[in-house]
Amino acid sequence: MANPAPDAQSMAKKQREISVADFFAKNRHMLGFDNPRKALLTAVKEAVDNSLDACEEARILPEIRVEIRKIEGTDDQYVLSVADNGPGILKAQIPRVFGKLLYGSKFHRLRMSRGQQGIGISAAGMYGLITTGKPIQITSRPYKSKPAHFYELRIDTAKNEPVILRDDEVSWDGPGGSHGTGTRVDIAMKATFFRGRQSVDEYLEQTAIANPHAAFSFLAPDGAERAFPRATQELPAEPKEIQPHPHGIELGIFMRMMHDSPHRSMGVFLTGSFSRVTSQAASKVCKEAGLPLSAVPADLHPAEAEKIFQALQKADLPPPQTDCLAPIGVEHILKGMHKEIGAEFYAATTRKPAIYRGNPFQIEVGIAYGGKLEGDGIARVIRFANRVPLQYQLSACASTKAVMDVAWKSYSLQQSKGSLPTGPLVVMVHMASVWVPFTNQAKEAIADYDEIRKEFKLAVQDAGRKLGSYLKRKQAAQSQAKRRSVFNSYIEEVVRAYTAITKVDGDDLRQALLETARRKTELAEQLEAMKHKAPPEEMEGTLVIGPDGTPLIPGSKLEAERAVAEAQAAEQAIEDARDASIAQAISEIVGTDEDSVTDLDALIESAAPHAPVDPKPKVHRADTPPPASKPQNLNLFGEDD
Amino acid sequence: MSAKKAAAKLGTDEKILQMAQKVHRMGMAGEDPLFQVPSRTLANVNFNEVKRIIEMGEGKTNREFFNLGQSKKFMQTMLVAEACNRLVAAGKTNSIRDLYYMTKHTIAGTRENTFDDQAESDPIIEDLEVTLDSLREELHLFASNKGAMVGEITLVDGGDTIDARRMGTGGWSVPSIVEPDVVQFKECEAKFILLVEKDAMWRRLNEDKFWKLNHCILIHGGGQPPRGVRRLLHRMHYELNLPVYVFVDNDPWGYYIYSVVKQGSISLAYESRRMAIPKAKFIGLSSADVEKYQIPSEVTIRLEDTDIARAKEIMAYPWFAGNKVWQKEIQRMLSSKVKLELEALSAKGITFASDEYLPRKLKEKDFLD
Repeated sequence: MANPAPDAQSMAKKQREISVADFFAKNRHMLGFDNPRKALLTAVKEAVDNSLDACEEARILPEIRVEIRKIEGTDDQYVLSVADNGPGILKAQIPRVFGKLLYGSKFHRLRMSRGQQGIGISAAGMYGLITTGKPIQITSRPYKSKPAHFYELRIDTAKNEPVILRDDEVSWDGPGGSHGTGTRVDIAMKATFFRGRQSVDEYLEQTAIANPHAAFSFLAPDGAERAFPRATQELPAEPKEIQPHPHGIELGIFMRMMHDSPHRSMGVFLTGSFSRVTSQAASKVCKEAGLPLSAVPADLHPAEAEKIFQALQKADLPPPQTDCLAPIGVEHILKGMHKEIGAEFYAATTRKPAIYRGNPFQIEVGIAYGGKLEGDGIARVIRFANRVPLQYQLSACASTKAVMDVAWKSYSLQQSKGSLPTGPLVVMVHMASVWVPFTNQAKEAIADYDEIRKEFKLAVQDAGRKLGSYLKRKQAAQSQAKRRSVFNSYIEEVVRAYTAITKVDGDDLRQALLETARRKTELAEQLEAMKHKAPPEEMEGTLVIGPDGTPLIPGSKLEAERAVAEAQAAEQAIEDARDASIAQAISEIVGTDEDSVTDLDALIESAAPHAPVDPKPKVHRADTPPPASKPQNLNLFGEDD
Repeated sequence: MSAKKAAAKLGTDEKILQMAQKVHRMGMAGEDPLFQVPSRTLANVNFNEVKRIIEMGEGKTNREFFNLGQSKKFMQTMLVAEACNRLVAAGKTNSIRDLYYMTKHTIAGTRENTFDDQAESDPIIEDLEVTLDSLREELHLFASNKGAMVGEITLVDGGDTIDARRMGTGGWSVPSIVEPDVVQFKECEAKFILLVEKDAMWRRLNEDKFWKLNHCILIHGGGQPPRGVRRLLHRMHYELNLPVYVFVDNDPWGYYIYSVVKQGSISLAYESRRMAIPKAKFIGLSSADVEKYQIPSEVTIRLEDTDIARAKEIMAYPWFAGNKVWQKEIQRMLSSKVKLELEALSAKGITFASDEYLPRKLKEKDFLD
């Protein structure tokens, strides 16, 4: 009672601006640095995600080296080093990229990328600084011909500003001694190294699955080396940057956009800052809000801004464009899973793009079944957002709920009500979006929007049906194998009885019966296969691995065959056209004397300017082997074998 | 085996050899080796209205090796044929139980047995009999003895003279094979033969010396009489001119025993010609006896669903279908909803069957035909 209640004045003394960096230093769990185990994983993840994004943006096939070394004389301090062959970072940018939170190129635009807020890598550096007192080290070479530059930085948490401790030029070989461009980050941090679930190993495995175009190598503190080779030379399609769709924007962000807008009128602001807003729509929105089209956005009162915002939400606008998404694709999902999971069957599916809250997104699912996978436990769900593995908060994720929503029993798998299926199964789920809605800042689980969950479920069902169809066909084949073994074992008995009765050696009978058994069951197998033959749409997007480890039914076989056939037909058409043109040209220009035609190509060009010369089939001819030469592989596994 | 038969037919060993060679021929031709097995089913029996016996039809089913449902039976048929071939070659006979053990073993490379149970090999033997058109004794097989006989007859069994009047309480055990080369009949004072369904009633009648008082032969088959008992009945009926009366429970199973003795059985229809006794008569128990002999209702047993179904099946057999007496008999059982065991007669007194029931039946010629 003696203390007077604080008044506004005394309270004001305590109020001051809190730096973003300060805030996160105190709330580091929000960023995934809760404990030394998770901190190490998060740091690896942030560094690798940045490397992959940088490589892909520069159209470089990523090659990433991760090393974790224990700092001698400590129990729990490690140096994490991640090096890439990316484009490098300009010297002037380095301090801000690594030493300032919320700095980056990703937050200000809508483009499908791994990192979104630009918090990650600098937060890792800050965590390292807080736990070891050691600064973050960056080595980067943006130009092949010049030496790399080297920085030692620490973040001034109070000001959210980088402090440069060292600034040198160094010689650097780059990852794998490539001498190309690249960046390397070294962070000393308090950490716990372990393997298994939610470990760095698991993260790299899963990243390798979703990024079959990237090669990783990993040196663990115990000296163990692991390599994750790439399975394709094909970079993912470059995602397009789009402007936000008005229906996906929140009022606060909208007001800030208006406030920061350099545009001189509402009309230009609305059509220029958002997608799908035509000048017609803009004038309608302004009219609805009772404001002139010529109003200056930066000068509007908040109440007026809100009116515009409401009018914009009600406006009948076309949905956002979806061509900004770059899914992994069925073939690459199959390849990625095949190289990291030793299963016997794979199915994958990529849904058409869909929209949630004005944001385009696309769902993909891969299923791996059998083989080396363990059969007695519940299925493993591996989740990805924009190709980044999500290793925590499994049950909070919309994708997990969708996997549980599916009735797996209809695909010949066991499932307790409302839980994941059991069996030798891995379900991979991927959401590609310009803006993945996470349940928390540490980006661990995808928020449960109805539209997203529905797409997940449909994708899982699609892949699940393919699995169910495979399992049924497999059962049929097994019954055939059983039949054959029954016949074969009875043949011995029959032949023995025959020999005893006739006193004649029955080896010829044995051979004949075995041959007939083979023929009969083969025929039956074919009949069975025809009976159980999946329709072509179910065969697509699957990959079956035989007992010897080679693919039996290449996933996109049908597609590939069709492509080859089309390419050959197109080539044939061109050659026919050529022949016709040659004949015509010869008769028109030089009469019947063929020998006098010297420059045949020039002649053809002049004679057949309208021939449907499509350059694509030529590319096919160069890249695609004829189907007869490699029918089992069809280029799907051509690269690594 | 009669001399006529032996001359007309190939030896069993030759038939088995031909069978094996056929398998080889078909196998080498890349065909599906098969045996044509005359079917031993109701669909493949005909009731010969003139002879009043069941005869096997021409229907045959293929037993194919390359048919998953028949493959094992094909293999088993080969094994049984081979074992019989060994017996014939060695000049030995064996019981069908011995044969089961001769052919039973684990199939190489599996955990499966060629036979798991004698119940599996017995029908295969019967299949082989019809396939080769060889009787069981021609395959050098016999069944274990089942059934016993006493009565006013002397016979020779395997060279030993048997006086059926002096067989004690157990009687003469009827062998499986009673062909003339094994069993010959000597003096016979019996006037008729009484076939009793079960051992218990047979013992009652034997203890009461029913056969002595009524000058008959008393025989039982331990339920459905085996082929040895049926063949012996047939021989005594025809060679000694003795009428045969069948004394069984009043239930569908009793009716069918009578049916088998009289017309032959469906599964062994090929044996009817030397086993069926069309003149055999049904002495009891009839569904009319409950009232006629005032058998207390406490000793009747309620019909089960299976009894009702079986009774209706029997009613529909061609040899019963046109028989008004039998339709009435079975219908009466069905509507009374009860059945009656032979032993129920004991409710009327320990020796009621010997002293009153059977003598009255015989006196009144109260038979069903």
